[in-house]
Amino acid sequence: MSGPIIETQAVVKIYTVSAGAFRGKRPLKAVNGVSIKVDKGGVLGLVGESGCGKSTLARILLGLEPATSGQVWLDGKSVSQVGRRQVARRIQPIFQDPYSSLNPRKSVNSIISLPLRVHRIGDSTYWNRQVEEMMDVVGLRRRLRHNFPNQLSGGQRQRVAIARALIMRPDVVICDEPTSSLDVSVQAQILNLLMDLRREFGLTYILITHDLAVVEHLASRVAVMYLGRIVEEAATEDLFHRPRHPYTQALLTSVLTPEPRLGLPETHLGIAYPNPIDPPPGCTFHPRCPKATEICQTTAPDPVIEDGRLAECHLHEPLT
Amino acid sequence: MIPVLDVKGLHVDISLAAGVLHPVRDVSFSVQRGQTHCLVGESGCGKSLTALAIMGLLPQRALRQVAGLYFEGKDLSTAKEREMSDIRGQKMSMIFQEPMTSLNPSYTIGNQLEEALLRHKKVSRREAREHAVFLLDKVGITAAASRLKQYPHQLSGGLRQRMMIAMALMCGPSLIIADEPTTALDVTIQAQILALLASLQREFEMGMILITHDLGIVARVADRVAVMYCGQVVEIGEVTELFENPLHPYTQGLLACIPVPGRTRRGDHLGSIPGLVPTPIGDLTGCTFRNRCQYAFAGCADEDVQPREISQGRAYRCLLSPDACAQNASRRQLP
Repeated sequence: MSGPIIETQAVVKIYTVSAGAFRGKRPLKAVNGVSIKVDKGGVLGLVGESGCGKSTLARILLGLEPATSGQVWLDGKSVSQVGRRQVARRIQPIFQDPYSSLNPRKSVNSIISLPLRVHRIGDSTYWNRQVEEMMDVVGLRRRLRHNFPNQLSGGQRQRVAIARALIMRPDVVICDEPTSSLDVSVQAQILNLLMDLRREFGLTYILITHDLAVVEHLASRVAVMYLGRIVEEAATEDLFHRPRHPYTQALLTSVLTPEPRLGLPETHLGIAYPNPIDPPPGCTFHPRCPKATEICQTTAPDPVIEDGRLAECHLHEPLT
Repeated sequence: MIPVLDVKGLHVDISLAAGVLHPVRDVSFSVQRGQTHCLVGESGCGKSLTALAIMGLLPQRALRQVAGLYFEGKDLSTAKEREMSDIRGQKMSMIFQEPMTSLNPSYTIGNQLEEALLRHKKVSRREAREHAVFLLDKVGITAAASRLKQYPHQLSGGLRQRMMIAMALMCGPSLIIADEPTTALDVTIQAQILALLASLQREFEMGMILITHDLGIVARVADRVAVMYCGQVVEIGEVTELFENPLHPYTQGLLACIPVPGRTRRGDHLGSIPGLVPTPIGDLTGCTFRNRCQYAFAGCADEDVQPREISQGRAYRCLLSPDACAQNASRRQLP
């Protein structure tokens, strides 16, 4: 493994949203200073509850959304210098819902070849050859190329989305909940395919999901997000065996594995996920944290990096 | 003890231009008071239609046939719509998947909670309101009295689902049917809602039918499980029995598909079931799983497979003997 293929430094994204009728506009920090680093060939799992900013971060990495501040580097070069076109060649997305991410009026053939046509690579014979090759790679029968998305099953649609992402031979693929709208047996097929493709093409994945079992299975490193911040980041094995942040611990206990004798877990989290317009003061997790102390209510913790892992929690700050 | 619900030989047929669709075929199970019965299967296996058929809420063009449908010992198979609407919402109530679409956005929470009680019981509006506050409190909603004036859109997803649960409990039902109650929620909230349902169910001694596609949920909350495939119950039994000794090739296949931290090896191939679920349309003979089954043989296509009962309440629908199935399971090295 060489250096990081994709890296961010203190990325911030602030939206201005309406706080309610007649109450004017207020800033919402969707992503609040996120620094991540993914090595070439690695898989970074990005987990967190809905509204934590993981999809916004993905959109920033894809260049679909400008960051308010902060830097994104691709292969050591700042994305703003590389240019939008070049970035799109090297980073490709796979979205969650293959029912809405494929144009219903285009055939499979034209959906998969669109990136080549947009970037004006090759001619029509080249496109056809590439489409056929990609369909073989993702396990779609070639005769489906003239079909339309509504004639395909959910698993087949997701394969089309994967083929479209890979036809540009990108370096990085950002998978935003790639299997959460699929059935269990189909989910396994798609996960197996993603793992094979990574080996075959030397891909780097950023895998965004709320399913921790999937993350454990695929990722080499995991970053846990809460209210726009990365609260813990570590190698998958360390994070699953020795979670440090109380939020990570709660997430891990709430995974329901198919083991009938265990019963339901108690997460000790309060019920409400805070409104991101009005984040709590101090450590944003303190209202739900079973281990919160006085300092958590007033002072935000600084990230502590130790043994190659990061945690942002007062419990893990070195004693002074 | 009389089961709270006893279903025998339930069929649902829907006439389409292309032929007759059989989304539910010969489904039988029973639920005791205080028991959670899970229906689990992939989309299109007929689990939701089974619930709607029990409640008498099928769409008009769907035809229900049933050999026996007993609710607390009372035969409902020939009940008129009037009788059904007296039972629905009062003795039998339902919790749906997406609370936002099943709540009326233009009525306050209080209004919607009180409605069921006012419809079914002779109570004053004030008594209904007091009961609503009591139940909102029970489902863990703080400041219950002030919430009654709020509208559904003012609540978060988790709170809305808690409200749906409170609504289902208003008349003190003896059976709750929960259709994917936590699918739209975050994992941390999911565990809380399931724990809440389980504790309320114990407290009020209700029977519960929980419909889900998530085997993790099934394992943690069910007493009994029915695995459905293509409209049929292919395996049924006590939860520990079924998970520790799955017999039907489909159940085994499903269990092999899920990554389990600590049990499946990281980066290894997950088991998967090749092919697609067939559409149960027209004349169906033989086992509908045979095209995806690695153990299928010629006999599987010839005749309809009848459930094979191996002990009280434990059955599966496969031509292979229990011993052969158990051997297959051990060879698969299920997690």
